[in-house]
Amino acid sequence: MGLTIIMQIYLPIAEVSVNAFLLLGLGGIVGVLSGMFGVGGGFLMTPLLFFIGIPPAVAVATEANQIVASSFSGVLAHLRRKTVDLRMGTVLLVGGLFGAALGVVLFNYLKSQGQVDLLVKLCYVVFLGVIGGMMFIESLRAIRSTRRGAAPKRKKHGWVHGLPFKMRFRTSGLYISVIPPLLVGVAVGVLAAIMGVGGGFIMVPAMIYLLGMPTKVVVGTSLFQIIFVTAFTTLLHATTNFTVDVALAVLLLVGGVIGAQFGTMIGTRMKAEQLRVLLALMVLVVCGKLAFDLLVMPSELYSIASGTGGH
Amino acid sequence: MLRLGLLLCLVALPLRAEEVVLGLSKDRVAITATFEGSDILIFGAVKREAPIPEVPLDVVITVSGPSKPVTVRRKERRFGIWINTAAVDLDAAPTFYAVATSGPLDQVLTETEDLRHRVSIPRAIRSVGAASMAEDAGRFTDALIRIRERKDAYQLLENAVALDEQTLFRTAISLPANLTEGAYATRIFLTREGRVVSQFETVIDVRKVGLERWLFTLSRQQPLAYGLMSLAIAIAAGWAASAAFRVLRRT
Repeated sequence: MGLTIIMQIYLPIAEVSVNAFLLLGLGGIVGVLSGMFGVGGGFLMTPLLFFIGIPPAVAVATEANQIVASSFSGVLAHLRRKTVDLRMGTVLLVGGLFGAALGVVLFNYLKSQGQVDLLVKLCYVVFLGVIGGMMFIESLRAIRSTRRGAAPKRKKHGWVHGLPFKMRFRTSGLYISVIPPLLVGVAVGVLAAIMGVGGGFIMVPAMIYLLGMPTKVVVGTSLFQIIFVTAFTTLLHATTNFTVDVALAVLLLVGGVIGAQFGTMIGTRMKAEQLRVLLALMVLVVCGKLAFDLLVMPSELYSIASGTGGH
Repeated sequence: MLRLGLLLCLVALPLRAEEVVLGLSKDRVAITATFEGSDILIFGAVKREAPIPEVPLDVVITVSGPSKPVTVRRKERRFGIWINTAAVDLDAAPTFYAVATSGPLDQVLTETEDLRHRVSIPRAIRSVGAASMAEDAGRFTDALIRIRERKDAYQLLENAVALDEQTLFRTAISLPANLTEGAYATRIFLTREGRVVSQFETVIDVRKVGLERWLFTLSRQQPLAYGLMSLAIAIAAGWAASAAFRVLRRT
């Protein structure tokens, strides 16, 4: 019988059988987004993995591993074009590692309360809704003002610039305090551990609007931070929950690394404002879908939670 | 001497008048990377010392995967959204369970015998403390069965055992692709008028093999090495694809 049947694959850690082409395809789509926007794509991939029947604990942990790969090829491309602010990336990373450790502690606490699914989903809805909305409105305004011929506003000097411990970030052309980027890093690290995401969808807008970094370096710098934070998260999950499925990760990343290359090519050919509108729309769609699922009566009110390894 | 005596006793016992001689198409199921489920043919014969009794014989066959504790949760609308509000812990529920019979289950097995041998799907689930956790604990058990039946993890196969001449029986059980490894207890009951007259038990061994086995073992016994290996594979693949693309673009 056909190849399609042969391509059904049994995942050793997840203990489920899924179609290999489906995983390659999912990886590819998410890879394109990763290259285009500098987001890990985890906020799309993790829910998609739930939908195809991967146990949530395995999906979150494996996704971290997959993000490392898809971001790695992306960051190489950005390093060659010198669109990574290594100094800013390192500051964000220090915060990120601390945040990831904090996030795992928080996650285990939520798990013991039995409401982890709901809280993760609510986090998604709130974060995606606020950020998607803000980005959408702001980038529409930017597009309209460039069409009218008015010059886009230069960096504002807000409260961020009044803080101590200033540091010069040459690549970004900034001289600001290290406190805001450190806090952004911590927030992203916490989210990485709890939501199974790279956190790019939080970090990218924060870098643009909060830190005032130029859009060109934002993508490469966020990928740089994401690689190390998700690698750390992968190791934490592998050693405490035994939920990293390397076979699943390899299939996702084969699609992912190829997609990321196309994504980077598309990204360099588009205007920054157009990229931002697209990313904002994508974030809003995922947010809407998650909110809808919480509001509409589910077809099955009961759900089964069996202990994967730990409990 | 003692053994001979025991043997004589057994032979003399009227209850042992009929015995199962069993065959399995396979007693090991190997989970490989391309595992898509497996059909197991269970067949056998009834060995007798005496002529076939008047009352017709029935056969009930069960295959049960390893039992694990399970928590069943129920959602309720609170503040406009659907939230898990009630939960019931079931002590042990088989990860896979199939019952195949030669007739309608309620006719081939009495309620008492079902209770004693835990044959039907609801009886195979152990839920001692469940009643104290919710008033309607039964609904949670029903939900568990409903959800697992939909995934073919629980199967009630009435009239699926073919019985010839009151002696030869056979049935096929299809194990789904999403299988948990472990010892799958396989039981054969011979019944008359709903009473169990003979019982036979064996085990089908379901195991991961090859790469699947290696990865699973490594992830449990050397988790740090496994995690680092996963990262190395991911980074190598990311770098390789990136390099391949650069070469492609230049040519």
